[in-house]
Amino acid sequence: MAYSDKVIDHYTNPRNVGTLDKSSHKVGTGLVGAPECGDVMRLQIQVDDNNVITDAKFKTFGCGSAIASSSLATEWLKGKSIDDAMKIDNMDIVEELALPPVKIHCSVLAEDAIKAAINDFRVKNGLAPIESEKVHH
Amino acid sequence: MNIPIYLDNNATTPMDPRVLEAMLPYFNEKFGNAASRNHAFGWVAEEAVDYAREQVAKLIGASEKEIIFTSGATESDNLAIKGVFEMYKEKGNHIITTVTEHKAVLDACKHVEKLGGKVTYLPVKEDGLVDLAVLEAAMTPETILVSIMYGNNEIGVIQPIKEISAIAHKHGALFMTDAVQAVGKIPVDVNADGIDLLALSAHKIYGPKGVGALYVRRKGPRVKVTAQMDGGGHERGMRSGTLNVPGIVGLGKACELCGQEMESEAKRLSALRDKLQSALTVLEESYVNGNVEHRLPHVANISFKYVEGEGLMMAMKDLAVSSGSACTSASLEPSYVLKSLGLSDDLAHSSIRFGLGRFTTEEEVDYAIEVTKKAVTHLRDLSPLWEMFKEGIDLNSIEWAEH
Ligand SMILES: Cc1ncc(COP(=O)(O)O)c(C=O)c1O
Ligand code: FES
Repeated sequence: MAYSDKVIDHYTNPRNVGTLDKSSHKVGTGLVGAPECGDVMRLQIQVDDNNVITDAKFKTFGCGSAIASSSLATEWLKGKSIDDAMKIDNMDIVEELALPPVKIHCSVLAEDAIKAAINDFRVKNGLAPIESEKVHH
Repeated sequence: MNIPIYLDNNATTPMDPRVLEAMLPYFNEKFGNAASRNHAFGWVAEEAVDYAREQVAKLIGASEKEIIFTSGATESDNLAIKGVFEMYKEKGNHIITTVTEHKAVLDACKHVEKLGGKVTYLPVKEDGLVDLAVLEAAMTPETILVSIMYGNNEIGVIQPIKEISAIAHKHGALFMTDAVQAVGKIPVDVNADGIDLLALSAHKIYGPKGVGALYVRRKGPRVKVTAQMDGGGHERGMRSGTLNVPGIVGLGKACELCGQEMESEAKRLSALRDKLQSALTVLEESYVNGNVEHRLPHVANISFKYVEGEGLMMAMKDLAVSSGSACTSASLEPSYVLKSLGLSDDLAHSSIRFGLGRFTTEEEVDYAIEVTKKAVTHLRDLSPLWEMFKEGIDLNSIEWAEH
C-alpha cells in the first residue's frame, strides 16, 4: 500500500513524541487500543487555567497511519480549548492524511485517544466526563 | 547495491537470467504446441517439454513420467487433495493436514469437507513442528491422505517428512507434501522421503510465475488423481490444457540450476542468515519464531516485541520484507501460522520475515542489519508499550479497551 506524503512526513518526523507527568492534575492522559489488536495509542494534554491545551504528547504502537494520526492530533490539540478539542472528528484526520478505507480505524483510535485524554483531565478536575455517542464509520 | 533490497524470497524470487535465456526461443521461434504430433513445430516443443520433465524429476529423485505440469503450486495442491479425495473416496473419506499449511492446501481441504469429506487439522508444537504421536493418534482406517508441507513459508521450519510418511503408509494412507519452499533449497527425494504426491512452483526457485508441477507416484503404489480440469486429456489425463512451453522450459532450467548449486548456496545462505539473526537478536526483547535447527537455510522470522510490524516495515522502507502483522493483511488478523505456534497476538503483530535468496549479498545483509536496528529503535522510542516495559509495568495488568 502506498502512503500519502503527509503520512510519511508525520511518520518520519513525528511531532510531539513524549510523556507528560500523568500524576499532575493539569495533565489528561488517554490510553486506547490493545496490544492484541496491534495498536495502542497514548495521548496526553497539558491544560492551563483557562482550559486551553498548552502542550500535547503522544506515543503509539501501531502502523504508520496510526503513528501519523496521533502525531497530527497533537499538532491540532495545541492551542485549542478542551471544548473545541472535543469536536475533532476522525474524518478530519482521514481527510488531512488521505487515509485509505482500511486505515480509517487508525484515525478512530486517535479520536478516541483525544476524548479519553480530555475526560481524564475533566474527571481529575471535578468535571463530569463527556459521553460520546458517536457511531464510528 | 540496489535499494530497496529484496529480502522477501519466500514470496517470490527474481528470475535467474540463465532461466530467462533458456525460455526466450520458446516464445517466438519455437512457438509450437507440444501436443501437435504431426509437424516439426510440435516436435520441437514436445522435446523441450520432455527435457524439462527430466530436469524437474531429477531434482526430486523422481522419474519423468511422474511429473504433471500445472499453472503453479496452488493448482498442484488443489489437484492433489481434491483429486485424491475424488479418486479414493470409496476407500475412505478422511484427510489429515496441519493448521500451518498454505491457504492453497487449507482451502482445498475446506472444499473436500463441503463434498462430504472429513478433515483433521493437526495443531503444531511451539516450534512449528508436527507432533508425531498426535499424527499417529489421528490416523483412522478411513484416512486416505496425509498432507503436510515440507518447509513452512512463514517461519521456514522443516517437518520430519520421513517419519510422517512412514506413519501415513503404516496406516494405508497416501502422503502428499507441499514442498514449494523446500524444493531446490534443500535435498528432497521422493523415494527416500516416502512421498506419494508433491507440489512445487517455479517462481520460488528463480523460475517464472504461473508454472509448477505435481509429482504423482507411479510405482509402489501407483497413485492416481481425478482431473480437476477437463479437456484434451493432456498430462496423462490428469491435467488438460495446452502446455505452457516457455514456462515449463523455465521451470526445468530452474530445477537444473538448483540441483547444481543447492549445496553451496545452502551453506552460503545459512551463514548470511545466521549473521543477520545473531545481529538482530542482540536487540532486547527480540525472538526467533519457529524451530531454529530444522529450518530452511534462507529464512529468519523474528518478532521485535513492543513494536508493530507494519509500522516497523515503514521505517525499513529500504528493505522489502514481510510481516505477520494484521495491519498488512486484508483480514485484520495477524498471521495464523504464528498464532498456531502459541504466539500471543502482540508478538505475532511484531514479526518480520527475512527471506534471503540467490542474489542476496553480504553487503546487503550488513545494510539490512543496520536499517532494521535503527528502525526498531526509532519505533520503540515511539512505543508506549516499550516505555511501560522499561518502567517495569506488567502489560497484562492493564485493562485494555478493545475495539
Ligand atoms: C507453501 C506454499 N504453497 C503454495 C504456494 C502457492 O504457489 P503458487 O504461487 O505457485 O500458486 C506458495 C506460494 O505462495 C507457498 O509458499
Ligand atoms: S494500527 Fe492497525 S492498521 Fe493502523
